[in-house]
Amino acid sequence: MPREESISVLVEQALNGQRRALARLITRVENRAPDSVEALALLHPHTGRATLVGITGAPGTGKSTLVNALARTLRARTFTVAIVAIDPSSPFSGGAVLGDRIRMGDLAGDRGVFIRSMANRGSLGGLAAATHDVVRVLDAAGFDYVLIETVGAGQSEVDIARTAYTTVVVDAPGMGDDVQAIKAGILEIADVIVVNKADRPGVQNTVRALRAALDLGHRFRLTGHHGSLIQTPAAPPPDYDFWTVPILQTVATEYTGLDEVVAAIHQHGAHLRESGIWAERERQRIETELAERLRDALLVQWTAAHAPDALQTIVERIIKREVDPASAVRALIDGNKPEK
Amino acid sequence: MLAGAGIGYNLDANYPYLMERWMSEQKIRVLVAKPGLDGHDRGAKVIARALRDAGMEVIYTGLRQTPEMIAEAALQEDVDVIGLSILSGAHMALIPRIMELLHAEQLNDVLVLVGGIIPDEDIPALKNMGVSGVFGPGTNTQAIVDHITSALTHRQ
Ligand SMILES: Nc1nc2c(ncn2[C@@H]2O[C@H](COP(=O)(O)OP(=O)(O)OP(=O)(O)O)[C@@H](O)[C@H]2O)c(=O)[nH]1
Ligand SMILES: [Mg+2]
Repeated sequence: MPREESISVLVEQALNGQRRALARLITRVENRAPDSVEALALLHPHTGRATLVGITGAPGTGKSTLVNALARTLRARTFTVAIVAIDPSSPFSGGAVLGDRIRMGDLAGDRGVFIRSMANRGSLGGLAAATHDVVRVLDAAGFDYVLIETVGAGQSEVDIARTAYTTVVVDAPGMGDDVQAIKAGILEIADVIVVNKADRPGVQNTVRALRAALDLGHRFRLTGHHGSLIQTPAAPPPDYDFWTVPILQTVATEYTGLDEVVAAIHQHGAHLRESGIWAERERQRIETELAERLRDALLVQWTAAHAPDALQTIVERIIKREVDPASAVRALIDGNKPEK
Repeated sequence: MLAGAGIGYNLDANYPYLMERWMSEQKIRVLVAKPGLDGHDRGAKVIARALRDAGMEVIYTGLRQTPEMIAEAALQEDVDVIGLSILSGAHMALIPRIMELLHAEQLNDVLVLVGGIIPDEDIPALKNMGVSGVFGPGTNTQAIVDHITSALTHRQ
């Protein structure tokens, strides 16, 4: 079997439910192979039907176990489910050990489920775009739900969470004195909060701390003031924007509390649609993505039109304080060499 | 040829800045699995980390994987390599089944490696089934990395 099948054949097979073709298509898109542009163009008309749910939270809170239980619960209601599980790449070797499947053994043998592990490849801002495209392929392939698991730490994870319509932030008691979601600074992006491992002592403390942090977030914003953060009253949310973030409890290892999680995801989806936020968010998401791709494309185009070391030369000049970055860019855009 | 940011530019490879940032990126993907019932996976984890340190992306699925689970994971993850660790002595039952399932899924071009406790006299039979390499306990992990790199280079 040659590994290089034609891209249009792969797309056709994937749209017809062939899992091997789907898997190979994901690889092409993830690798940004030259023909992935064609694939995404062919797939685009078929996208926009799946419900995208982001699952994020500190390491070890039980995200993969929860994804497994959530997928099982959705399957019991005859929805098909795709899972994208993202783990960090090693900054030293560029390799990765992707271990989320360990917790998803229950889903094996179910053809209504497709699981794909992804390394973040430490790319400079490229992770969100790559994830977007992989999610698009799964959406086009007809899955009702796409669940995206990321470790909640850092901006790129927040960006990925924005790929999803509903973001579930997972926390757990007994992981030290701190509430992990607050510590990681990801509470702001939560549409639904799940306190997993509710069989462990300390659940009520975790719930209380999260509730307090949420209430604070509703009433106040943290504002920079002479180098320190102060609380200022937040503008009251406009009526249509009102969504109370529920704090739910689960024992993912025992499938306890999952019906409530599914219900909350549905309610949040309904809220987004009825309020018009859905359309607004989609427009925003596409606008951001377009701007990012355009920026990348322009840089590629510019670099291709100049000497291989053109950018490096300017970098050297900036280091020598001969020119500053802002002026250099203006000169580049004007088509001139940056002058002293 | 160089793919520019998935936007359809094919550029000559002599642009170092682009090479670094936007070259279409391929990684060797490896599934490391432990079929059968034996209960510890220290060896499998050592291999997984060694392959990661060699720049590969390793999907680790944990203990007690059935042949069906292994074939399915290999398909979904579109791996180039499967590394099986078997200490239980059940390799002559498990491996033929795994090879059969891979064949049925048209995954014949996936490189299959076996590690663990495998008696020498079984090795020819395993190779006949399509196993690419057999590595005993205490194999230098670099030998496994080298085997994968050279076998994949020859496949292309
Ligand atoms: N007691 C208890 N343990 C749980 C529960 N859910 C998950 N665990 C355990 O918590 C550990 C971590 O679970 P994972 O699902 O791998 O957590 P994760 O957040 O995906 O971890 P990373 O992907 O490494 O960040 C495992 O040992 C699970 O068995 C639960 O509800 N109760
Ligand atoms: Mg996980």
